Amino acid sequence: MKDITLGQYFPGDSVIHKLDPRAKLLCVVLYIVMIFVASSVSGVLLALGVTLFLIIISGIPLKIILRGMKPILFIVIFTTLLNLFLTSGETLLLELGFIHIYLEGVCSSVLIVVRIMLLVAGSGLFMTYTTTPIALSDGLESLLAPLKKIKLPVHEFSMMLTIALRFIPTIMEETEKIMNAQKARGADFSTGSLVSRAKALIPVLIPLFVSAFRRADELAVAMECRCYRGDNGRTRMKVLKYGTSDIIFLIGGVLLVVGMILLNTFLPIYSLR
Amino acid sequence: MSEFIRTENISFAYEDTSGGIHPAIKNVSISIERGSFVAVLGHNGSGKSTLAKLFNMILTPTDGKLYVDGELVSTPEGADDDTIFGVRRKIGMVHQNPDNQIVSSVVEEDVAFGPENLGVEPSEIRARVDDALKTVGMSEYAQHSPSRLSGGQKQRVAIAGIIAMRPDCIIFDESTAMLDPSGRHDVMETVKKLNRESEITIIHITHDMSEAVMADRVIVLNEGEVFLDGTPSEVFSEVELLRSVRLDVPQTTSLLHSLLPYGFTSPAGLFDAESCAGHLANEINRIKGLREGTA
Repeated sequence: MKDITLGQYFPGDSVIHKLDPRAKLLCVVLYIVMIFVASSVSGVLLALGVTLFLIIISGIPLKIILRGMKPILFIVIFTTLLNLFLTSGETLLLELGFIHIYLEGVCSSVLIVVRIMLLVAGSGLFMTYTTTPIALSDGLESLLAPLKKIKLPVHEFSMMLTIALRFIPTIMEETEKIMNAQKARGADFSTGSLVSRAKALIPVLIPLFVSAFRRADELAVAMECRCYRGDNGRTRMKVLKYGTSDIIFLIGGVLLVVGMILLNTFLPIYSLR
Repeated sequence: MSEFIRTENISFAYEDTSGGIHPAIKNVSISIERGSFVAVLGHNGSGKSTLAKLFNMILTPTDGKLYVDGELVSTPEGADDDTIFGVRRKIGMVHQNPDNQIVSSVVEEDVAFGPENLGVEPSEIRARVDDALKTVGMSEYAQHSPSRLSGGQKQRVAIAGIIAMRPDCIIFDESTAMLDPSGRHDVMETVKKLNRESEITIIHITHDMSEAVMADRVIVLNEGEVFLDGTPSEVFSEVELLRSVRLDVPQTTSLLHSLLPYGFTSPAGLFDAESCAGHLANEINRIKGLREGTA
């Protein structure tokens, strides 16, 4: 439990790993726009090519990216079936009682599934696999900094995120400790009905909450002792700086979105309606 | 040596939810020299942690005056934020629980937290962080996650986080209480090094007598008042007095003290096992000689 990593960061030093976190976040936005614009076979093929290219230069094994798709398996199957059965068209392929499957249905379900999978692979590639959570939180703070002008607590939000990330392993470890302590006193977490198992967790949750509040209090004092007073006059050790590769990626992203729109208008090989 | 912290009759009382008042510090007047290593001893509830919190202005004294670096920083009306900020950049504090004072999930980012709050230039922060990690011997862990470090290592990271702020004084509020013996040893070595090499004033609050003897000066608190104040040899020669306030003495002192009825002498200041053993050997020979002389 101690080794749990949030979003499974995959260490490496590829071009993508080295991108500025802000550039990565912007790239994700561009990427998502590109996927949404890609509604034809030609567009999806281009998006697939781009994604494969990104995966290759990131040096992340395809296996890991496919493993990351597991949580969306249900959604993928569900959308496939829905599209398959509910899309009507002209070319009837199969008729089984009330089920009618049209060629158009097959095509659109394939397109949608590929797009969902690309969406997950691409955003994971830029964010979770190649960026540490802390860099992501820094990038987010810096990107959202203009919102401070309208009094949005951007710094506080990012600080909360940082602290939450920091305490996940600590709280996990503590949960395990409390569960073991309760087991030693005869608590049973693994048998019985769902309700009784949920009830058995109450003696774990209460001490966990009490301790979390105590931790929060101590941490607040410790932060004050280290002269923390919010965003006021604060500098950062690691200053985010856009490099050449960041600019190349951003320009590339914008060009791809534009290219995708052109492709859809002028070369729409089977387009979704 | 010049004076760094001075208190004039400071008092502090906690107020409970029902409005009851519990005095924790009563009329304490002490002065702490710049560059000294002071240990503060006392049993639970003696007010030693409260005193530390007053020095660092986490608590405001209900009465009396607190001077830091020659400047009056505390009045009963309270202090403004800038004064508090100024005191905290001069006096750092390492707390008891190593987990609850580390902010970031990367060691070097955590060490940078203090100087970042002070508004130090980025390149200077980098230099300070590397320097601080080197001082505490944690350089190779700069990129690690604190959750995988041992208690002693975490505590050293916490110390690095304070020294990166370049304070004049560091208060250790029972910082070794939750550590195992080897973690304790590493932390105390770091503390001694900081005092000797960087000339940082150390105020070490502890239960542990073997740590207290490392200091130049020991202050014993009891019921919110200064009970004893002096060098370790002076303070620990008062074995009976210390025991009367439920405090122990170092093991060597305790051994020598219990041998007093048998004609052994108990000179002050023999705190390490070796010098104690040497003394005992001499004493045994001396007593043997005396007995042979009388027989």
